[in-house]
Amino acid sequence: MDVSEIQTFEHDVLVIGAGGAGLRAAIEAKAQGMDTAVVCKSLLGKAHTVMAEGGMAAALGNADRRDNWKIHFRDTMRGGKFLNQWRMAELHAKLAPARVRELEEWGAVFDRTPDGLIAQRNFGGHRYPRLAHVGDRTGLEMIRTLQDYAVHQGITFHMECTALGLLKDGERIAGACGYWRETGRLVVFRTKAVILATGGAGKAWRVTSNSWEYTGDGFAMAYEAGAELMDMEFTQFHPTGMVWPPSVRGTLVTEGVRGEGGVLLNSRGERFMFRYIPERFAAETAATIEEAERWPDDPQARRPPELLTRDVVARAIRAEVKEGRGSPHGGVFLDIASRRPADYIRRKLPSMYHQFKELAEVDITRQPMEVGPTLHYFMGGVRVDPDTQMSNVPGLFACGECAAGLHGANRLGGNSLSDLLVFGALAGSGAAAYVRGLAATPKPEPGQIEAIFRQATSYLNRESGENPYLLHEELQDLMQSLVGIVRTGEELAQAIERLQELKQRARNVKAHGSSQYNPGWHQAISLQSLVTSAEIVACAALAREESRGAHTRLDFEGEREEWGKVNLVVRRGADGRPQIARVERPRPPRYLEEIAHATIEDLEAGRVGADAPDEV
Amino acid sequence: MGGERTLRIWRGDASGGQFVSYRTPVEEGMVVLDAILRIQAEQANDLAVRWNCKAGKCGSCSMEIEGRPRLACMTRLNLYPPEAAITVQPLKAFPVIKDLVTDVSWNYEQNRRIPPFQPGARDPDGQYRMAQCDVDRVQEFRKCIECFLCQDVCHILRDRERKDAFVGPRFMVRLASLEMHPLDVADRLPLIKEAFGVGLCNITRCCTEVCPEHIQITDNAIIPLKERVVDRYYDPIQRLLGWLRGRRGGTARKLPMSQGPASAPA
Repeated sequence: MDVSEIQTFEHDVLVIGAGGAGLRAAIEAKAQGMDTAVVCKSLLGKAHTVMAEGGMAAALGNADRRDNWKIHFRDTMRGGKFLNQWRMAELHAKLAPARVRELEEWGAVFDRTPDGLIAQRNFGGHRYPRLAHVGDRTGLEMIRTLQDYAVHQGITFHMECTALGLLKDGERIAGACGYWRETGRLVVFRTKAVILATGGAGKAWRVTSNSWEYTGDGFAMAYEAGAELMDMEFTQFHPTGMVWPPSVRGTLVTEGVRGEGGVLLNSRGERFMFRYIPERFAAETAATIEEAERWPDDPQARRPPELLTRDVVARAIRAEVKEGRGSPHGGVFLDIASRRPADYIRRKLPSMYHQFKELAEVDITRQPMEVGPTLHYFMGGVRVDPDTQMSNVPGLFACGECAAGLHGANRLGGNSLSDLLVFGALAGSGAAAYVRGLAATPKPEPGQIEAIFRQATSYLNRESGENPYLLHEELQDLMQSLVGIVRTGEELAQAIERLQELKQRARNVKAHGSSQYNPGWHQAISLQSLVTSAEIVACAALAREESRGAHTRLDFEGEREEWGKVNLVVRRGADGRPQIARVERPRPPRYLEEIAHATIEDLEAGRVGADAPDEV
Repeated sequence: MGGERTLRIWRGDASGGQFVSYRTPVEEGMVVLDAILRIQAEQANDLAVRWNCKAGKCGSCSMEIEGRPRLACMTRLNLYPPEAAITVQPLKAFPVIKDLVTDVSWNYEQNRRIPPFQPGARDPDGQYRMAQCDVDRVQEFRKCIECFLCQDVCHILRDRERKDAFVGPRFMVRLASLEMHPLDVADRLPLIKEAFGVGLCNITRCCTEVCPEHIQITDNAIIPLKERVVDRYYDPIQRLLGWLRGRRGGTARKLPMSQGPASAPA
């Protein structure tokens, strides 16, 4: 292979991924004078961000003037079971309002309050109505706004281009290799910095809300390049995915249905969530149906338990189904039909109406939906510096779902879209600052490019091998049954053992046909990242011997104090296996600790947190 | 449902191709995309097809199913008689890359030609204010998922091959979303009239019929744009006022909108 003959691009900053985080990062890097390029596996504007429905959380205070960054910060920490990185939760709560207003300035058209301001809706775990939204298609609004803005900024877009691996010059980043999906031709990017914005790895599970793109490419590339991953045991199961028909099992049903007043019922018609209120949230959650019905009009009434955090609701649904009180297709009922007028439902939840009507032949203005948990989101990811988003590998940055830290053990709904904007922008400026400080342009060490391409083309070139699609299905069944919503040490150990075997088989799959737009080949390549990601999740899940947030261990019930003091950090060992370290959590500034643990009354009365600085 | 079904799928590339029949097991509730992906996994690993969200939200899996432009993820198999084969082929208005995948890059080029959103000043308190009733129409346009089915079915692009003169329904919708945005202050009407070719649309409403988001493309986007062009360039009173103001045309974007069909030049 003659490397000099391979198509080569040179840029200051390469962003991998064109969802909300990637686009916002590219916009920022470009605004700071960097020659910036974006590579994305799909066409521009098709990234998984379009699937986000409910909204983006920001304490604008439009819908309820009592809201502010401190309450958003407190909600985020409580939702994450205090395993979040303090600084990231602080930056997020403080910067989200500015990022939302900026999106409006770039053309986003949010739903409005009666005063003409950006409207905000209620969501699980958020004290006040906080989610700026556009019906139930907020993600589409976000990605189109960023896309239409970005294409006029002079950023280079490489569409339908898949990154294969990172290049290094000594310890630091020197670029990345990839291939064009259309032609199968190989391509090299020589860049001074790389920003990963590749999302999660939900496609390792059978029941997931994620699209084919979610194969953990960023996790695997970072891991192979020596970067640290963190909190990988925390995988969020969204409580409400579709359960029927089988072909759409897992497709997301927005939390906005509950935010707009929908309730969860079991087969006996009971609002079962009242039986699953955790102690930590009891003081702020309605105890009876009668009290929940008075909320939010009666300021004395507390929030209904359907709006508890996702980990709690998902486990409750699983328990109801397990105890025989499920719906006909193995879920529970989500009812908004009997609670809101039909035209209101169609206006506020148009794509849910459409989705159920077309795919399940259910009219959600007349009938309840059937829903159940679906793998939705990775709280964990690349371990980054909170202010610059740089990993331990100089020049390698990560943002959005691909990065760890903001969400801790469980993410609040609505905190993802704001995460993309806040930390996308910080990653862009972090990368620009890094590049400005570089003395010389890094040069990839010899041999790396050849090794990456040899591996990628081996699936095409070999004589025979297993079918990559069927091996992928095997992986999905394995993760679904052994690394699910409820875990045991025995099953996790079994999963890790079987994953070793699967990893070997994945290296030897065969892609038939030519390299031109060949999904079988693409599948063979992404299967490798997926298996790597799955192994890291299983190992981290085995190591954390407690139940916290989205990680539930039947053999280690409840939160354990000693585990609340550490995050699990994973690195690639010399043998290629994940090496796991317990890393003590940094002590936060006093004011953050006080705000996070304050009662809501003390916080709102200013008895706590009054001296906290409002600037970042 | 249950049992098996036959799909006739076009296989080939820019140099040519043919329909290949595949029989595949099906179950209740399946959509055409499910059947295609099953065939891909079990019988034809290299069958090229674009898809992402599988829920009608991203607009990737556009193709022609039984001769009609559709999203494969929102087209249920039980829409068609159980015994007959279902014919699936790539979008006709765009060049084939391979199998069901076409080169839609022309659309991205058109989008880049459109002058971007240009907001006016914020209110003194730093806020932008817009009434919900003033953004309802714009929100309808912004539902667009860029599936390009409207572009595929548009006679001007598909049959008359006038990609040089008309940006197509998708970008008329995009232009309308900008022109009717309450905060936008840019003037794109001269471009809409000339370079973007609004006059070429002859209002057959085919685009509206295939829109999976049910956007009223013709009535709510294209016709009002035609009317704005007529008001500015062909209304004698407006032209006189414009001349008196010392510029061509007036503040056209402030004109009231009528909902009726326009007598625009075809």
